[in-house]
Amino acid sequence: MDIQSRHPIRTDGPLNPDRRTLLKCSAWAGAGVIWALSGGIPRAFALDAAGNVSDPKALASTFHFVQISDSHIGFNKEANPEPVKTLQVAIDKVIALPKPPALILHTGDITHLSKPEEFDTAAQLLKGLPSTVHYVPGEHDTLDEGGGTLYLERYGKGTKGNGWYSFDDHGVHFIALVNVFNFQAGREATLGADQLAWLADDLRAVTSSTPIVVFTHIPLWTVYQPWGWGTEDGDQAIAMLRKYGSVTVLNGHIHQVIQKVEGNITFHTARGTAYPQPAPGAAPTPGPMTVAADQLRNYLGITDVRATQGDHPLALIDSTLV
Amino acid sequence: MKKRLLAVACLMLSMPVWAQEVKIDIKAFMFGPKDLNVAVGTKVTWVNDDQIPHTVAETHKVFRSGALDTNDSFSWVFNTPGEFEYFCALHPQMIGKIVVSQ
Repeated sequence: MDIQSRHPIRTDGPLNPDRRTLLKCSAWAGAGVIWALSGGIPRAFALDAAGNVSDPKALASTFHFVQISDSHIGFNKEANPEPVKTLQVAIDKVIALPKPPALILHTGDITHLSKPEEFDTAAQLLKGLPSTVHYVPGEHDTLDEGGGTLYLERYGKGTKGNGWYSFDDHGVHFIALVNVFNFQAGREATLGADQLAWLADDLRAVTSSTPIVVFTHIPLWTVYQPWGWGTEDGDQAIAMLRKYGSVTVLNGHIHQVIQKVEGNITFHTARGTAYPQPAPGAAPTPGPMTVAADQLRNYLGITDVRATQGDHPLALIDSTLV
Repeated sequence: MKKRLLAVACLMLSMPVWAQEVKIDIKAFMFGPKDLNVAVGTKVTWVNDDQIPHTVAETHKVFRSGALDTNDSFSWVFNTPGEFEYFCALHPQMIGKIVVSQ
């Protein structure tokens, strides 16, 4: 009997469970995955054990930028007694990239308690990054007596309101939103009417074919309401972004990678560089998750975002600090 | 030693008889107890037992603590009757209430 004819081996399609595919799958678990977006449809590409992408489509980027988040300089508890060290590892990882990023986004919680010396230490370390860093505050950056004055003095120059702004780079429109002020009892975070009005005005000049990257600290969408992991009026901002062909919303705050795609909008939260937090609802509280010391760097990381001009796909590559 | 004891005794005597102190633990992202009834003049002290900072913020800004790191505390003396709702400005889902009566 001809085994070959009964079980034809396909070499042209995704159903072929050959060695190469199996290797790709195992690489997913170990090294990470890259999401390439084309016309709003995400496509996953595996990374090899060295964290490289073998598919040329994912690599054909004309520029890339990096997201760093949740450094929590000043944190000193069991979950990571040395966040300065892990931030330095993250910075070294960015420096080691084959091509320096066009820019870097820090999505908040630079410090843990908003102390001047924490801001100083963080600034000293972040100075070592090879590109300009654009910041948004986290709620841990607004704990000074002035309720965010220290952050705004340092990073708020040329911004509107409590630190929101936009800029263009490589044909991408970047929008920094701030949702860590004016918290109300029992409610999720808010952007507020002033910021939403500014956003509507800011988008007026942006054509629908321009790729947009929105970055903010707390997720704009509700990841988990009981832990306050969401932005109450985030849907109003999202509604304004729906007509655009490629929108990427980057957040921090929850210290883990969670991704969601809604039409042409991809929502992505990054790992932090300080300590991990539990998956939504997986623990009684969202408090710091203590893992074995030799495992910690598997839970911390950075996100590299690659963009190709022309058909505007953005590829998100999360990598851990290992 | 005796003198010191005497000094402490005198201090205690000098405190008004109605003065009370109550402690609220901040633990596992909750205020415990969440609701509390106290008499006018009571000093309430919040102590953070969590590994993450919290704050105590009255909804109408009657009182507002700074960031309380692990083992930090914040106290407020309630000299007027009424209902005081408060929350943690870092984790607004954490809420509590103090009812102060004569």
